Amino acid sequence: MTLKKVLVTFALGLGFSLLIDLHPGFAQESHVGNLTGNAGSGKQLYRRYCIGCHGPQGDGNGENAPWIDPKPRDFTAATFKCRSTPTGTLPTDEDLDHAVQRGFVTTNMPSWNPLTPQQRADLVAYIKTFSPRWKTEKPGTPINIPPETPVTIESVLHGRELFQKMECWKCHGPAGHGDGPSAATLTDSKDNPIRPYNFSTGSRFKCGETNTDLYRIFMTGVDGTPMPSFADVIQPNDAWDLVHFLRTLQSLHTPEEGLWKKYAAEHPSSIKPIGPDAGGQ
Amino acid sequence: MKQKKLLWFLAGSLCIGSGIGAGSPPPAGGGSISGKVTYTGTPPKMKPIDMSKEPSCAKQHTTPVMTENVATGPESALQYVVVYISAGDTTGAAPGEAARYDQKGCQYLPHVLPMQTGQSLQIYNDDQTSHNIHPLAKVNPEWNKSQPAGSPPIDTKYEKPEFIPVKCNIHPWMHGYFAVLSTSHYSVTGEDGSFSLKGLPAGKYTVTAWQEQYGSQTQDVTVGAGDTKINFTFKALPY
Repeated sequence: MTLKKVLVTFALGLGFSLLIDLHPGFAQESHVGNLTGNAGSGKQLYRRYCIGCHGPQGDGNGENAPWIDPKPRDFTAATFKCRSTPTGTLPTDEDLDHAVQRGFVTTNMPSWNPLTPQQRADLVAYIKTFSPRWKTEKPGTPINIPPETPVTIESVLHGRELFQKMECWKCHGPAGHGDGPSAATLTDSKDNPIRPYNFSTGSRFKCGETNTDLYRIFMTGVDGTPMPSFADVIQPNDAWDLVHFLRTLQSLHTPEEGLWKKYAAEHPSSIKPIGPDAGGQ
Repeated sequence: MKQKKLLWFLAGSLCIGSGIGAGSPPPAGGGSISGKVTYTGTPPKMKPIDMSKEPSCAKQHTTPVMTENVATGPESALQYVVVYISAGDTTGAAPGEAARYDQKGCQYLPHVLPMQTGQSLQIYNDDQTSHNIHPLAKVNPEWNKSQPAGSPPIDTKYEKPEFIPVKCNIHPWMHGYFAVLSTSHYSVTGEDGSFSLKGLPAGKYTVTAWQEQYGSQTQDVTVGAGDTKINFTFKALPY
């Protein structure tokens, strides 16, 4: 090997290692639709928009964090609330992108819709550099969601039975007001107190607002919180029934609510209460 | 020589047959470590648990169930301490047999379940109520699953060593631990505080004792052909 060759090899090697050093997320990209996110660009955006709450280390301990409830997400744990994937698995890049775009209602996380899709993809790539899990694990396989079943009073009534049987009321309360017997004791995985969702407060959930979102939330669970996954214990048709019933708990005029009100007015004596007095336990 | 080999083989099969140790066949070796875990000082008083919010569980207990974070026995014995080989071990693959964890009477049985990394873990709900099983793993993935009455067991496993607190958010008094270890040589102390690690080839080992409230202690031990006695003492605080 000539001296020249040695020098070239050395220079190339140095160049590569510099490239890697300057871009800690070099190996990590995100793929959202047709876009490829770059962690290096994402870092710049993160330091401008996200660092105040999520912190320089991505551990949710930014300087605003002490005043925020619920606390900003800790990206070093790679535990995410809103996933299309089974509980305990990593979310897809799309899941993270949706979360950034949508924001989280009833929290301090705003919607980042004003950012461009490319910027959000870059941010997703950077967020994934905070936990080593992204290097050793693949995201879970999104759960299968079959087409929605028709909204009928039978579906609503069966969903109501499931709300009782699956003991949703123990946290969410008999009327879905978030005031069940276990509600006051709930803490998230970092021991911070957390409230169960109050269905009467609006139409939006932390992980979306459509019926499909609602289905996905209780089937995959909200990781890092007391809300478990029901994917192994509720069949798809039953899950749609539960979705239809949950819509009657909202303070909106939904088709489900209309059907339920009509039924309740016509059959007042056949409606069993929900909660500890319902019996059959 | 041949006779000696046969003896080891017999001793080995006896261990498997009687289910001693971790359930995996211990590697050839006649050494063992045993002893007792005790406390000094005043441990906190365990409190009776009020299960009246869950009548189907409350009626299963004639005397109140007590909290178990510092469980003690006679003569200052400390219960539910995981004693295991933390260094020097030559452990084989995880045993084929599953580690079984039960939710019964709104309690976790056993309170501390040891298992090896990669070993199958089966979680049963024996109650007439829903539980959500929520192991708060930090090193391993954290998941949270609902398990209504009559559901089939949850079959899972953990790949990395970790002491994982387990809770049920619906019944906040339920607390337990998964002790996921990279060794097959472990023991959880009983009410008398005793432990025993069998089937150890002669050599140098580090033994760790872990208690959920008081953390870990280690001792270096040289094991010969017979039983080597060591004891652990934890300083108990009344709160």
